[in-house]
Amino acid sequence: MKMVIAYIRHEAFEPIRADLLVKGFPSLSVSEVKGSGRQKGITERYRGAELTNYLRPKVKIECVVAAGDVRLVVDTILQHARTGGVGDGKVFVLPVEEAYRVRTGEAGEEILQSHPDASSG
Amino acid sequence: MTDVPSLAAAAQVNAGDTAWMLAATALVLMMTPALGLFYAGLVRSKNTLNTFMMCIAAIAVAGVTWALVGYSLAFDGDGDLIGGLGHAFLNDVTFEPRDGTTIPHLVFFAFQATFCIITTALVSGAVVERMRFGAFLVFAALWSVLVYAVLAHWAFGGGWLIEGGTRDFAGGVPVEMGSGFSALAAALVVGARKDYGRQALLPHNAVYVLIGAGLLWFGWFGFNGGSGFSTGNSSVLAFTNTLLCPACTLVVWFALDLIRGRQVTAIGAATAIIVGCVGITPAGGYISPGWAMVLGALVALPSYAVIVWRPRTRVDETLDVLAAHGIAGFTGILFIGFFAEMSWNGVADGLFYGDAGQLGSQLVAAVAAPAYAFAMTYALLKLIGAVTPLRGSDHEEAVGMDIIHHGEEAYATGEGAILVSTETHVTEDRPVAQPV
Repeated sequence: MKMVIAYIRHEAFEPIRADLLVKGFPSLSVSEVKGSGRQKGITERYRGAELTNYLRPKVKIECVVAAGDVRLVVDTILQHARTGGVGDGKVFVLPVEEAYRVRTGEAGEEILQSHPDASSG
Repeated sequence: MTDVPSLAAAAQVNAGDTAWMLAATALVLMMTPALGLFYAGLVRSKNTLNTFMMCIAAIAVAGVTWALVGYSLAFDGDGDLIGGLGHAFLNDVTFEPRDGTTIPHLVFFAFQATFCIITTALVSGAVVERMRFGAFLVFAALWSVLVYAVLAHWAFGGGWLIEGGTRDFAGGVPVEMGSGFSALAAALVVGARKDYGRQALLPHNAVYVLIGAGLLWFGWFGFNGGSGFSTGNSSVLAFTNTLLCPACTLVVWFALDLIRGRQVTAIGAATAIIVGCVGITPAGGYISPGWAMVLGALVALPSYAVIVWRPRTRVDETLDVLAAHGIAGFTGILFIGFFAEMSWNGVADGLFYGDAGQLGSQLVAAVAAPAYAFAMTYALLKLIGAVTPLRGSDHEEAVGMDIIHHGEEAYATGEGAILVSTETHVTEDRPVAQPV
């Protein structure tokens, strides 16, 4: 099992979500984050104060998948998140040791992503 | 004393009327920032300031154009299509009473200025979240003269509609249909937001929307209650109708929400307040309180239908100015033709009380005003678009109008911000987390 963590632009999220859903990866977590990198800051002015903000808003996606699915998921993210400009973001892949489904206590790879009941929700 | 001419003229000014009109003018001016709040709550948080600023810009731009030429073109002389330039640059607008009123001409001018301002601000609802701020300023300046002043002349200033018998108490023609059908044209020319129809584009603060609607209703008592230019019967009637009509609209809107979705929505309620106030705007001083309540119930139906239907089209008339103002104003204008009552208003009966001709006059206005507003706005924006881009790049739209056009955020935290010092004596190369 692997966890894919991606930091991407806001506008890239919706196409990634839609594409992953079609490919059978409906389960992911999303958070609004701020980060600093090589993307240049935004200049803002409030009355007399002029300032540069280096923290830019990004979307963080976390998604745990079977090791064999990592390539597919990462490629999907790369495909939709790339604009070619500085600030497109980064993707990390981490090992995951165990996984449990809270509702039933089941463990292992079977609980990742597509669940037999998923379509009924 | 009475042999001094200026004092004799000044004696025609009525203190009570003037006091009320001063207050009413302030109430109507407040409606524009209230509209800013209403609109700002309906957009995404990254466009909050820009949306609000379009309303503030209307005060700036339309306030100036109105003083320069707009007022004169609307209210000087009784030309069929357009007024004269006799009052341009406020020429001859003094303490003397405005013809046909008992209030100083200056107060009359200021009251009408607030109408031009709010109407210009209303149109912005069609183009928020993508129109360039600079292009909007140019548009607002030209629109306030070429569309608003012309329609105001037709309906209020001695133009062909009022001369032809059209009754429009507080602005169903220039304000409501003028803004609503201009908004439709503006949405078509500027085009839809890039994410429209692909992503959920949700209101970011429903409480702003409710507060904005509440303040608009409050201001509307000045808008309608002041449109009799006195403390006389028509003003009193319009004032009370402004309470009753939107209340009925709310009740019916609740019912429609319940039927459609089994829940009464807050943003629906805010919308209903606007629709009810708009509906009573043209009719306020002409119909009885009973009929005002019927109008309040009736006006909800077509506007609700358009609000449900419009988002299913490709027309991104973003904040539904057409439904809330154009359609509701249309309903109110026609309603006068049926239910105006001489025993209440002293000037006109509608079809229901024996004068079918009144309905004809109202129908003419209900066709002419939308047609002119739509066509002129469409042409005007095409023209401006040929000179300067109306909207920015997709990237700018993604970042948000606040940062792109104003260099500010509505909800700035200061996190990660480094002060760029403009003071020459500060040489220390030390980042400062917060502006002092």
